[in-house]
Amino acid sequence: MDNDLILLGHGSGGNLSHQLLEELLIPTLSGLEMADRNDAALLDLAGERLAFTTDSYVVEPLFFPGGCIGDLAVNGTVNDLAMMGATPLWLSCAMIIEEGFSRQKLAEVATAMRVAADLAGVKIVTGDTKVVPRGKADGLFINTSGIGVIRHGLQIDGTRARPGDRIIVSGTIGDHGIAVMAAREGLELESGVKSDCAPLNGLVADLLAAGGNTVHVLRDPTRGGVATTVKEIALQSGVDITLDEASLPLTAGVKGVCSILGLDPLYVANEGKLLAFVAPERADELLALVQSHPLGKNAAIIGEVTEIGKGKVRMRTSVGGLRGVEMLAGEQLPRIC
Amino acid sequence: MNYQDEFRDRELVAGLAERIRLLTLGMERPLTFMEVCGTHTMAIYQYGLRTLLPPQVRLISGPGCPVCVTPNDYLDRAVALARLPDVTIATFGDMLRVPGSRSSLMEERAKGADIRIVYSPLDAVALATKNPERRVVFLGVGFETTAPAIAGSILTARSKGVTNYFVLAAHKTIPGPMALLSADPELAIDGYLCPAHVSAIIGADAYLPLAERGIPCVVTGFEPADVLQGVELLVRQVKEGRHQVENQYRRVVSREGNRKAQEIIRQLFVPADAAWRGMGILPGSGLVIAPEFREYDAQAMIPVTVEPPVEHPGCRCGEILRGKVSPFDCPLFGGLCTPETPVGACMVSSEGTCAAAYKYGR
Repeated sequence: MDNDLILLGHGSGGNLSHQLLEELLIPTLSGLEMADRNDAALLDLAGERLAFTTDSYVVEPLFFPGGCIGDLAVNGTVNDLAMMGATPLWLSCAMIIEEGFSRQKLAEVATAMRVAADLAGVKIVTGDTKVVPRGKADGLFINTSGIGVIRHGLQIDGTRARPGDRIIVSGTIGDHGIAVMAAREGLELESGVKSDCAPLNGLVADLLAAGGNTVHVLRDPTRGGVATTVKEIALQSGVDITLDEASLPLTAGVKGVCSILGLDPLYVANEGKLLAFVAPERADELLALVQSHPLGKNAAIIGEVTEIGKGKVRMRTSVGGLRGVEMLAGEQLPRIC
Repeated sequence: MNYQDEFRDRELVAGLAERIRLLTLGMERPLTFMEVCGTHTMAIYQYGLRTLLPPQVRLISGPGCPVCVTPNDYLDRAVALARLPDVTIATFGDMLRVPGSRSSLMEERAKGADIRIVYSPLDAVALATKNPERRVVFLGVGFETTAPAIAGSILTARSKGVTNYFVLAAHKTIPGPMALLSADPELAIDGYLCPAHVSAIIGADAYLPLAERGIPCVVTGFEPADVLQGVELLVRQVKEGRHQVENQYRRVVSREGNRKAQEIIRQLFVPADAAWRGMGILPGSGLVIAPEFREYDAQAMIPVTVEPPVEHPGCRCGEILRGKVSPFDCPLFGGLCTPETPVGACMVSSEGTCAAAYKYGR
């Protein structure tokens, strides 16, 4: 086998992505063997705590049920900042456009970005446009970077999961990945599934205001889905986790498409959901708070941190059996964000 | 009733597990049952069913994954076809990552070959219609379940006058290897969980010859309650000294099967000897495209040079496919061989025993 090739799986958010980061990119770019593997970098600037992140969007098709690449590019970056407990403030927007792309479609995408930015309370303050010859890009790629400020003294990151923590998911899982997949040419399925693409900074602000330091970890389970995200946190925090399959919120549409295609919704991407690891004594109260938020109606507690460990994740299956949970292996659904 | 949730009911499953426990209490030796359907393999791992069964019941996986039993020389031929400048390969996604002797389709795609994932062979016919300047080759890998759909795609191509659609056929039929493995004294199989989808096509009566030779057979669905009920029926047969074909999956499978599907298979394919990874050539266990449809046969119509296949020396897929060893016994499992860098086919396919064990079993 030829190890020189970058494969689609290297962009899946799963194991291969992690290997590429750890073995090649992080050591080369930062000189550190292991950087903090969080959604955004935390920076100290004259006493202010800033969060800084960047993300590129290559979703295909550009328009899908529930959203398009424009709102996705805003919400994805807003959410990465929010997951560090930051208040997102400013975004950049860089577009790589393929020659021959429709001006009207570009306007639709730009409008979607503007609407999403207004909804999230952020401003798009700088940008860049490049046009490449036909065939050198696929329609439109967008990169957004974001800056947020951390206005509280709380530490929220992936290393802080503790034994006893309950894991809250803010709603149904798998909607985004399945919606994009169903919209894709060649998959003639009328599933009625819509992307959950949404900004989570408001929900995070409510959670932190109520929960304070009983909120230990926040992360949005995007590529690789809930399974990969939970496994990442288990490894980062050095704890073992047990999930309860019966309590995973799923729409009938996602369940149906997953059954037909043999996909596991636990590995399908979300773009408007968060996982919160919270102290057990406040879990029920914080769950109720999330459920009272418009983006958290179907929130549920889906598992708990059982003990200090080596990052093992297990699942109590819907029928009462027990099995392991690993990160996404290879590519499940390429180009879903 | 949605034919799914009812069969994933926790109390129903707990009740079945308890009945199996009571049935096997005091049994002198453990019973070994083999499943030969990748969907069963996945269901057993995904729902953690082994953790619900008593130690007297041992479930082993057989050659139930079509991708896994496909030998290297087939993949090598697919890779060679993919390298032709005017060929588009259309395939179900799993085949992409299966390593051949020297390369995989995924690697060829990264190097520029035109390889598309499709969800139905009809999508491949549509690709051929849309791209008349290209030769579209569908990788026809599967058991009796996929053979009718691929046969149908060839008939569609013929009726639409599509001349640039081809099938690289490597279809296999499952009763042959089941008979072979049941005669293996080392395995000592006490009964078969017969496949669900395959049986919907070939019918439950297809296993009568096996049962007559003393092997209990239960056609079993693949929801968790189905699998446990299949196990319960097998345990009862063994305890009562019976060896029959029982049909747990009557909501889908009939005794005679799907006549229409059988007819279209007979029309488009002829039985042939076929090579199975791990088992060698089994007489009459494959389906090749019938001579009157030769113009759709990629092997006949698009000649390529394929070097002799090589197998990875440490890989134990062959023994795993025969149920002789479990993935955890393979020295490569989880180290050199992972879903990202699979050495053997069983680690690649989403229905492969090693992939299931890696994802769910550790």
